[in-house]
Amino acid sequence: MFKNKFVWMTLAATLICSNALPALAAPIEINWWHAMRGPRGETVQKIVDSFNNSQSEYKVNAIYKGEYDEVVNAGVAAVRAGKQPHILQSFEVGTQTMMLSGAIYPVYQLMADNGYKVDWSQYLQPVLSYYMNADGNLMSMPFNSSTPVMYYNADMFKKAGLPMLSKEKPVTWDELGEITAKLIKSGATGGLVTGWQSWTQVENYSAMHDLPFASKANGYEGLDTELLINNDKVVNHIARLKSWMADNRFYYGGQKYQGPQAEFIAQNAGLYIDSISAIAKIQKSVKDFQWDVAPLPVEAWMTNPQNSIIGGASLWIFKGLPKQDYKGVAAFLNHLAGTESQVLWHKETGYFPITLGAYEQLKKDGYYNEFPYQEVGIKQLTRRNPTKNSRGLRLGYFIQIRNIINEELELVWNGSKTPKQAMDTAVERSNAKLREFEKTYK
Amino acid sequence: MLKKRSYFKKRTLPYLLILPQLLITAAFFYWPALQGLVASFQLSDPFGFRTRFVWFDNFITLFQDPLYLKSFLITLVFSGSVAAVSICFGLFLATMANRALRMTAVTRTLLIWPYAIAPAISGVLWLFLMHPSYGVIAIAFKRWFGLDWNPLLESSDAMLLIVLASSWKNISYNFVFFLAGLQAVPRSLIEAAAMDGAGPFRRFWTITFPLLSPTLFFVTVMTIIFSFFESFGIIHTVTQGGPGGSTNILVYKVYQDGFIGLNLGSSSAQSIVLMALIILITVLQFKYVERKVQYTG
Repeated sequence: MFKNKFVWMTLAATLICSNALPALAAPIEINWWHAMRGPRGETVQKIVDSFNNSQSEYKVNAIYKGEYDEVVNAGVAAVRAGKQPHILQSFEVGTQTMMLSGAIYPVYQLMADNGYKVDWSQYLQPVLSYYMNADGNLMSMPFNSSTPVMYYNADMFKKAGLPMLSKEKPVTWDELGEITAKLIKSGATGGLVTGWQSWTQVENYSAMHDLPFASKANGYEGLDTELLINNDKVVNHIARLKSWMADNRFYYGGQKYQGPQAEFIAQNAGLYIDSISAIAKIQKSVKDFQWDVAPLPVEAWMTNPQNSIIGGASLWIFKGLPKQDYKGVAAFLNHLAGTESQVLWHKETGYFPITLGAYEQLKKDGYYNEFPYQEVGIKQLTRRNPTKNSRGLRLGYFIQIRNIINEELELVWNGSKTPKQAMDTAVERSNAKLREFEKTYK
Repeated sequence: MLKKRSYFKKRTLPYLLILPQLLITAAFFYWPALQGLVASFQLSDPFGFRTRFVWFDNFITLFQDPLYLKSFLITLVFSGSVAAVSICFGLFLATMANRALRMTAVTRTLLIWPYAIAPAISGVLWLFLMHPSYGVIAIAFKRWFGLDWNPLLESSDAMLLIVLASSWKNISYNFVFFLAGLQAVPRSLIEAAAMDGAGPFRRFWTITFPLLSPTLFFVTVMTIIFSFFESFGIIHTVTQGGPGGSTNILVYKVYQDGFIGLNLGSSSAQSIVLMALIILITVLQFKYVERKVQYTG
């Protein structure tokens, strides 16, 4: 009887020990909330798995939390409840809100605190500059970054007797006017369509032509910033697009990308401006015609066009979690920025590799010889060092401001307002939003 | 008429019995509503680290904003149109279905189906029919009749599209109530009128329609409430408030400002205004309709 009991106890003890030992050595879990679904989400998982398999101290859990806005909202709610994840992916328009939140651990500090001496000059500067504070310190880790380019239907170009476009030297808007006119003449239903009109036709147009989008260095240097997009150059650009609508050289396909993309795929439009991240979808959907990619058009007077600006999202680190966790977060970010991860990320998703090292590696591998159109965006993005007007936009309530610009542009396209009136109202309405935002952070 | 009423010996038992319901209502309605009320008087950053009490500032800014007032007007036009379309068609279909001689059960079930579809799905369905780039009907109409239809650019087209999508869903709901209402109309009255020589149209207007009035009022109120709130999914999938903000109804603005824009003070103030509106409508309903409703049984 006694013996029996003893056996049971040893058994229990060994069980407890064998359970407890791995528990002690269990990896520290690091949670990453993101918005990458489908094939992109699978690539995220590949990068996470390779990190988890490379060491046993930390385990990263990549959790899909919905669309961009839903991820940010989940983050807000989590911080309020004191249950924040370590890493949160937030879209570029939320940068100002995240930066001012008081809830984040700046990335440059995180890396330094944990003994990583990162040479930030080895990163693509126009990508970094979007997420730097006024002092040039990196606040969040760039993750998925893209820029707009111009897709065109090579078959329609041939039919109209047009030469193919250069992958490096942008056409001028005047030339584009002639190109679209020839396309229409050759029987095309329409010329140019554009996705994300505020991003491509106002934000990037301003950056590439070195025009301020907003005062105070596009908002980087103060909350008392005001929009400046009612200048002659932007207004004239919008007026030109509007004038092209008369003969369908330009037409409107919707605010986001679905409509314009459908127009391009259906060969209703010969040219289509959208993010480089649309390449994957176009590769998959277009079967019946040849297409190619060219840099965005510029004005004839702009002999040395500036870099275009990015869109996409970056990774923010929340503060208030155990110190040893951050060591793992830093290790993971280091892994993420590694050449191998970046090459994989670029190849599978089309988003930029964020380091020069990864870019060089891709060149060396001959990736761009095989897929030359993949390099158009990166060349356009890095063709010059960013200026104060082209490094990015730092505005509060930026989502609403984009909405306002979209609304006012639509009123131009449907003839309710002149371009000047619309841009004036857009500035006025956006400034009211900026003042509201400023009041919140006083 | 006999009144049925249960008596409890102890006073605690009835309270205990309704406690679960009360708790649920408190947790999912009163508590959030209270939070919303508090937030509407505050200016706060999304993360809640800087919160200031600003009295009625959020409301004042709101009512000084011409776009908010425009959104009010848009909501009225939208709700009015949805109510008119879905009530007319609901009533028409109910009258027809009430007279159907064969396959009544099948017809009725089929007519009720759209109500089981989530608003967002209904929106997507209509988008696949009517989108100028990939909508089957839109493209067909353009090819055959040269119809210049573009809800992406034309405010009136966009409004028409969301009214159609919302009404289509709501017709079924109204249909059910009208059908029930029609079946409660005593046949003897109609037969008597028929013997007196009244035609079908006259019988409908002078007998059926007045007897349906309580149903009609109830359905109107429900449709308006539906179009105030439930239509969110449709707007979100079809127009996102565009073009140029012309379909930005109140509830969508709450979402845009609060959920997307993280301007919590303003969006809370907007939801309080919405709540007040709905309370007003409900009070009106109870005050004027409740009296006229004949409960039989």
